[in-house]
Amino acid sequence: MYDLESPLDVERVRKDFPILERRLAGDKPLVYLDSANTSQKPRAVLDVLADHYERHNANVARAVHQLGEEATAAYEGARDKVAAFIGAPNRAEVVFAKNASEALNLVANTLASGLAADPRYRLGPGDEVVITEMEHHSNIVPWQLACQRTGATLRWFGLTDEGRLDLSNLEEIVNERTKIVSMVHQSNILGTVNSVSPVVARARDVGALVLLDCSQSVPHKPVDVTELGADLIAFTGHKMCGPTGIGVLWGRSEVLDELPPFLGGGEMIETVDMAGSTFAPLPHKFEAGTPPIAQAVGLGAAVDYLSGLGMQAVQAHEQALTTYALQRLGEVEGVRFIGPRLPISRGGTVSFTLDGVHPHDVGHLLDEQGVAVRVGHHCARPVCVRYGIPATTRASFYVYTTTAEIDALVEGVERVKRFFG
Amino acid sequence: MTTDSLYQEIILDHYKHPVGRGLREPFDAEAHHVNPTCGDEITVRVRVAGDRIDDLSYEGQGCSISQASASVLHELVSGHRVDEAFGTHEAFLELVQGRGAVEPDEDLLGDAIAFAGVARYPARVKCALLSWMAFRDATARALAASGKESR
Repeated sequence: MYDLESPLDVERVRKDFPILERRLAGDKPLVYLDSANTSQKPRAVLDVLADHYERHNANVARAVHQLGEEATAAYEGARDKVAAFIGAPNRAEVVFAKNASEALNLVANTLASGLAADPRYRLGPGDEVVITEMEHHSNIVPWQLACQRTGATLRWFGLTDEGRLDLSNLEEIVNERTKIVSMVHQSNILGTVNSVSPVVARARDVGALVLLDCSQSVPHKPVDVTELGADLIAFTGHKMCGPTGIGVLWGRSEVLDELPPFLGGGEMIETVDMAGSTFAPLPHKFEAGTPPIAQAVGLGAAVDYLSGLGMQAVQAHEQALTTYALQRLGEVEGVRFIGPRLPISRGGTVSFTLDGVHPHDVGHLLDEQGVAVRVGHHCARPVCVRYGIPATTRASFYVYTTTAEIDALVEGVERVKRFFG
Repeated sequence: MTTDSLYQEIILDHYKHPVGRGLREPFDAEAHHVNPTCGDEITVRVRVAGDRIDDLSYEGQGCSISQASASVLHELVSGHRVDEAFGTHEAFLELVQGRGAVEPDEDLLGDAIAFAGVARYPARVKCALLSWMAFRDATARALAASGKESR
């Protein structure tokens, strides 16, 4: 195994993840290279989930009994942890949602609802929404629907052959008609980390909002919302060692205050009359109904775990792995990368095609060797169309990934070539 | 490699040397099907003469399972009576959707029995069925156009 220059003690980290002990495909060790899809969960998170249900389970914010107070403290404590993790100036700016998709839909739907008092937060005919060609479907479809409902126009940035965002027409695409720019921070298929600042600067000039899909960045590198300069960001818990069913929308309070409610229900109100209602202050205005309590607490534990490793160290570890993977896979004849070939401004998500072999076949044969990758269009079909391919094979790394696992991937790809050769 | 159960030699043969591939004229109806989860696609054309499928031609892109399956489909239905072809279609569906519990009828299915292993991989069943579903659609359209009831 190549000795990686990583600040993480990976062998120790791996002991925190019980699932990595599994053997499959005829007693081979699990090689899990699908963390961009969902990450594995450390013992600390699993224990907190069990402990919550075994000892503290009650509904939040409405029970006067002790368990209710414990559950509420744990739920709100998770909000504090998430707020600190992303550098949010105010804990009330952290809204819990079901996942990143719901967080993105919240913004698209509230802008499309036409209920905001301030016209800057209402989409209508003549307005423009800007996305990019490298978005996950969850940051395309909500905006297509919002534009259909309101008569607004959807526009997008294209991609360069290298897999980078083409911002050469920034001034034309983002203009006085633009109401919001919603774009991905790190692509889930290309691995590209987008340069946010020129877009934010241009959006400021024309008075447009900026929403970032940070589902693939918050888990992998230090993200500070004040440094990013965006108005809103969305991400999900299950890709960052947390459970499924919990996502986050962060927004500047001035923006979230102006947006109308998304879902109506319990806990999001101030007072309800038969003729109408007034709404709770942030963040509860956007948290209708019983929230995913245990999942939020689990996310809090995940944040503690990642902070314990140090996000700088996590980023450096993945940077070293990515460099190694691009080099090793790049030596395999017939491999074509879809996304940046150089480990610069890109994360540990490596998509590729293999000459003459469809990704489905690659994925299946790798699985027979215990190597778990994702194959398909990765919910980013426009990227596949842009590069003239039906699908890719995608390997993605995290805190527990080793160079030996990348070696296993490369060896697996060689075997796939021999099989179909 | 245990994949031998999925990637039978017959399947690899059909994948590397497909039979009857390419879209041909004349035809009575065609159907284009895609698998939204992986982007595999296929276009199937049928030429129906009387109660027979005179020709089934196809073009597509996708994994070995979906492309080999189209080749086997061509072999099994071209030149056969429509009702026979629909019977084969039904037997093939039953086989690959049978979760490994269906004993294939080799007389009826020929090379298609090689797809028995697919039944154990739910994610790949759609790949195997892609061309067969397109065939069913195209033939139904051809029959409707000629005024005959689709079965």
